[in-house]
Amino acid sequence: MKRLIEKLAPWLLFAAAIGAWEITVRVREIAPYILPAPSVIAATAISDWPLLWAALLVTLRTTFLALLMASFGGLALALLFARWRWVERSLFPFAVVLQVTPIIAIAPLLLVYLETDAAVLTCAFIVAFFPVLSNSVLGLRSVDRNLVELYELYGASRWQQLRLLRLPAALPYFLGGLRIGGGLALIGAIVAEIAAGSAGKGAGLAFRIIEAAYRLNVPRMFAALALISLTGIAIYVTFSLVSRLLLARWHESEI
Amino acid sequence: MGADMSPSLVTLRAVSKTFQTGTRALDNLNLDVRPGEFLTLLGPSGCGKSTALRIIAGLMAPMSGQVEWGCVKPELGFVFQDPTLMPWASVEDNIWLPLRLRGQSKAQARKRIDEALALVGLSRFGGAFPRELSGGMKMRVSIARALVTRPAILLLDEPFAALDEITRFRLNDDLLALQKELAATIVFVTHSVFESVYLSSRICVFTNRPGRVTQEIVVDAPTRDSDFRASALFGQTCQQASAALERAYGLEGAI
Repeated sequence: MKRLIEKLAPWLLFAAAIGAWEITVRVREIAPYILPAPSVIAATAISDWPLLWAALLVTLRTTFLALLMASFGGLALALLFARWRWVERSLFPFAVVLQVTPIIAIAPLLLVYLETDAAVLTCAFIVAFFPVLSNSVLGLRSVDRNLVELYELYGASRWQQLRLLRLPAALPYFLGGLRIGGGLALIGAIVAEIAAGSAGKGAGLAFRIIEAAYRLNVPRMFAALALISLTGIAIYVTFSLVSRLLLARWHESEI
Repeated sequence: MGADMSPSLVTLRAVSKTFQTGTRALDNLNLDVRPGEFLTLLGPSGCGKSTALRIIAGLMAPMSGQVEWGCVKPELGFVFQDPTLMPWASVEDNIWLPLRLRGQSKAQARKRIDEALALVGLSRFGGAFPRELSGGMKMRVSIARALVTRPAILLLDEPFAALDEITRFRLNDDLLALQKELAATIVFVTHSVFESVYLSSRICVFTNRPGRVTQEIVVDAPTRDSDFRASALFGQTCQQASAALERAYGLEGAI
């Protein structure tokens, strides 16, 4: 019984919060353009679904494309860094500059240089790239010294050492980077969409929020926000599951 | 050093090694390893005995002096102080590694893997992952991996230092049985006087910084069991080795 309560507690609390919100709005008769009730938001989400769904697909496409590029790019660069120190010393400052400069400040410049789609994608890529890169470098460097010596003792080639030793050793770190990068890619995509403010067919969720704000369509703003949150959660959960699946039997983090 | 009856398997001649930190690990070390013997390098920690073992293994090059192998360099097995297993690979795959690096498929290596597992008494644990095993079992896997190539000479670098006494005694007996069965030459590094006397046919006592051999003790006992541990010969040899070790420490104090 106690365990049941413990399991249900987070859900109950969430339901209570939503319920309190609904009741407050109804009892105080707050106007929907100030604070819509959860039921109104849900209704809006359903009625505006075609519009929101199309926008969500645009944002998702940007996010995953950026993440895919960041994974391959980050891992490839990490391999170069781990192999040649001087490459790391020469290129790492660039990566740091890109990382520490807020993406919202870079976005307008990118929008000047690039097509809107490409600029948005680039922004999402830049923020997702760094965690994948730095985590992968860390992972490739954290290989057990003795294992490296063992491989040398048995005359392993560079390729064997990479495939059988360095990549598996770096996997937990890489997955950690991907988990952070996934969330950041979504943020990067949203931020760039806001900066771009582009309308029309290729508009993402962030643009729908701005558009709804101009029209004081607050319920739709909330519905779009909820979709963004759910997307972020879905990305995080997906990568956590992948991580568990791949590491369950051997890595301390998943035991 | 001494008059050799049989030709050496490997000879270190005037081997010196200084590390980049300036530590003189070995200075003018002369050492013979004779076929079929159980040679222990005994000494205080940091006396260069592990360095000597690494030089024999070819993991490290001497700064001066020679490492001469009898005719051709025989098959080597090396066991590190830690089990040094790949946590992402099953016990079987860990043992397969030396053969895999030489291009053998698992099917080709199957027989050897099973043999090695049987030799260390872990036939039932081929599919387990390292994290599911106790410290002693991990060490057995590490030994099995060293044996899978059927080495003529087995080098062990303080392999049982981190294990509890009961496990250590058992592994000591197992190691002696393995040597008998495989007719391999063993070079064993330890700082435990009792362990060295119990296991070895010959003990070389090392001095500290710079490392070289100060005394050689031959342990002439045909059987090694609990009776030997209780015998007068065991006690005397331990005293002899302890005294030599103390002198080694004394020398260090004088320098």
